[in-house]
Amino acid sequence: MAKKASKANLLIRKGRVIDPASGRDEVADLLVENGRLTRIGASLDAPGADIVDADGHWVLPGLVDACVHLSLPGSGRAGDIASETRAAAAAGITHLAAQPDCGPVDSTAVVRLIREQAGQAGFARIMPVAAMTQGLAGSQLAEMATLARAGCIAVGNAGARVADALVLKRCLEYAASFDLPVMFRPQDASLSAGGCAHEGPVATRLGLPGIPAVAESVDLSRDLLLVEATGVRAHFQQISSRESLPLLRAAKRRGLPVTADVSIQHLLLDEAALEGFNSHCHVIPPLRSAADREALLEAVADGTIDAICSQHTPIGSSSKAAPFPATRPGMAGVDTLLPLVLSLVADGRLTLLRALDAVTAAPARCLGIQAGQLETGRPASLCVLDAQAPRDLSEQWLSAGNNSPWRRATLTGSVKLTVCQGKVSWLSD
Amino acid sequence: MNLASPSSRVQLTDDGRLRHFLTTEHLPRPLLEEILDTAASFVEVGGRAIKKVPLLRGKTVVNLFFESSTRTRSTFELAAKRLSADVLNLDIAKSATSKGETLLDTLRNLEAMAADMFVVRHQDSGAPFFIANEVTPQVAVINAGDGRHAHPTQAMLDMYTIRHHKGGFEGLKVAIVGDILHSRVARSQVHALNILGAEEVRLIGPRTLLPVDAEALGASVFTDMAHGLRDVDVVIMLRLQKERMDSALLPSEAEFFRLYGLNNDKLRFAKEDAIVMHPGPINRGVEIASEVADGPRSVILQQVTFGIAVRMAVMSMAISGQDSSAQESVAGGAHG
Repeated sequence: MAKKASKANLLIRKGRVIDPASGRDEVADLLVENGRLTRIGASLDAPGADIVDADGHWVLPGLVDACVHLSLPGSGRAGDIASETRAAAAAGITHLAAQPDCGPVDSTAVVRLIREQAGQAGFARIMPVAAMTQGLAGSQLAEMATLARAGCIAVGNAGARVADALVLKRCLEYAASFDLPVMFRPQDASLSAGGCAHEGPVATRLGLPGIPAVAESVDLSRDLLLVEATGVRAHFQQISSRESLPLLRAAKRRGLPVTADVSIQHLLLDEAALEGFNSHCHVIPPLRSAADREALLEAVADGTIDAICSQHTPIGSSSKAAPFPATRPGMAGVDTLLPLVLSLVADGRLTLLRALDAVTAAPARCLGIQAGQLETGRPASLCVLDAQAPRDLSEQWLSAGNNSPWRRATLTGSVKLTVCQGKVSWLSD
Repeated sequence: MNLASPSSRVQLTDDGRLRHFLTTEHLPRPLLEEILDTAASFVEVGGRAIKKVPLLRGKTVVNLFFESSTRTRSTFELAAKRLSADVLNLDIAKSATSKGETLLDTLRNLEAMAADMFVVRHQDSGAPFFIANEVTPQVAVINAGDGRHAHPTQAMLDMYTIRHHKGGFEGLKVAIVGDILHSRVARSQVHALNILGAEEVRLIGPRTLLPVDAEALGASVFTDMAHGLRDVDVVIMLRLQKERMDSALLPSEAEFFRLYGLNNDKLRFAKEDAIVMHPGPINRGVEIASEVADGPRSVILQQVTFGIAVRMAVMSMAISGQDSSAQESVAGGAHG
């Protein structure tokens, strides 16, 4: 394998090149010159280039994670930008959209800080989502245009839903003026108040205050009507309930500029995971019923849900060491995103191309960014994966957050090399 | 393959004896019957001039109440003292955690004092599981009520009362009435009744006070008293907290009493020999009329008496389960 010499040209040989955006799936060589992907083809020759033997491995576009929660000082999360982007790079992720709830991201100073720290660490490209309202408080507009100029790719209000419909309408009108996509996380605050688990049989038995599925669909309905009225580009994050899916399908059928994602844990786990009060499975939105999980999988397969994200939320162990309702919600997810997505392919739930699309080109499309595909002439972002190799997460876990039910699992799929915008960001030994 | 659920796994020793008492759910029927039989032997202790047995002599029981409760704590204290234990009452609601100490830190401190048993009441569902699983597995943990989840000793004293009056559980129809949604008592009762072989458990209340998918608990659901009480052998009334009116769950106490309050008129739907129970403290004129609470079919005060015996039974069984598993691990270590 190549040494970490970022300036050198790189010839990746004989890998199975899979690029969902173009539909390419063939054994080929890739050449990276001066940080750009210059050629994809059979038996390429590049004197002086570092050679990566990818025979038997897969070569994929660098993964795009549409939803991570950053660890900045004061966010109360584990690790820092360096530790978490390194974990992402080791998992093949090159681009991460960061939620605006780490600061909040409502000033150019915070945006600069994030970009500076990510740049210094050099493991992955962080694309901040700007706060839509000042302090995420839902009453006054944030300087969205200025924040976009500072490097934010979209605006949103993270988990702090904008309750006032007039304020929300004005946010959307303002964002639409500058063609900024808006990220929504639909969950009606009054319907979800006090809840920590899906309102259903498991929460009833365990005596956990519930969050009903309608908390999501009620809010989604309102948001969709305002999206239609304002014409803003909208991305709906962390869809969890099956009642939301007909609403998204209808919106897409009407031609609204709407996309959606789901977190990988909502495709693999349901409310049954809470048995025994497992606080690692305390997430918001909550893990819902098996029927919801089935419907979400179908919606990813048929494209109603465009992307699969990690919803990475690294949390220190003391925030999870408490009775379930008192623990902080969230799951660390970058370490497991790719192997878990591949497990859905192995289980026959998604085709390989659709599964990989959902973590590469599709999220890039949702975010409106150039990434997630193997396009010649552009800065190279890719990863080389041994799709058969086991990854023992009890040994190989890089996030500073240990809050995952897969923390001690062995999953299939190990990333050998990641190149982020022309530079080697991960190389396994 | 181990088919035992997570809840029963943590509560039992490898050979199936009680070591923590956290929930009635998934416990084997013989174990619940053993609790009732053991309690029966302790009822007699309460009638003696010297009301003590030496089963917990030298043991330290810590009452850890994160939510204040005078009545439940007093019965646990009395039960521990009748078993000759040393008892420490900690009202955590007013002390450590309000100074910023985490639950984990509080427990580690208490563990260092060599406590043998924690009697825990906590506002969060699952708190005693957290303590038994992750903090102090070698200290016997008795759940004295966690959030909306479970209140297993209350349920077992209710089972004792029912068995005392009805002889057993076969063929019994039992109705539980009122605020099921917020009731840890109701959840523990439903599980215990089903395990002990009751014919039918009914939950009665307006939809706002019934949990979603209440049938998943193992009960049938009714929204009116006339249907729900028909031919039942036992009526269990739950306490209605006054704050339910503030959160738009009910319009008024008056309407609740008119629809669900137990008076002699409504009691006529039940069997003639039906008994009336209530975990206390009762709200007269809200969920129960005085004519019923003080009437011939009320067994409410007996429940309190049996409560001490049932808690003595559970405490002595859990301590002996812990002791035996500690001995096993010592023996296992010596051989290993």
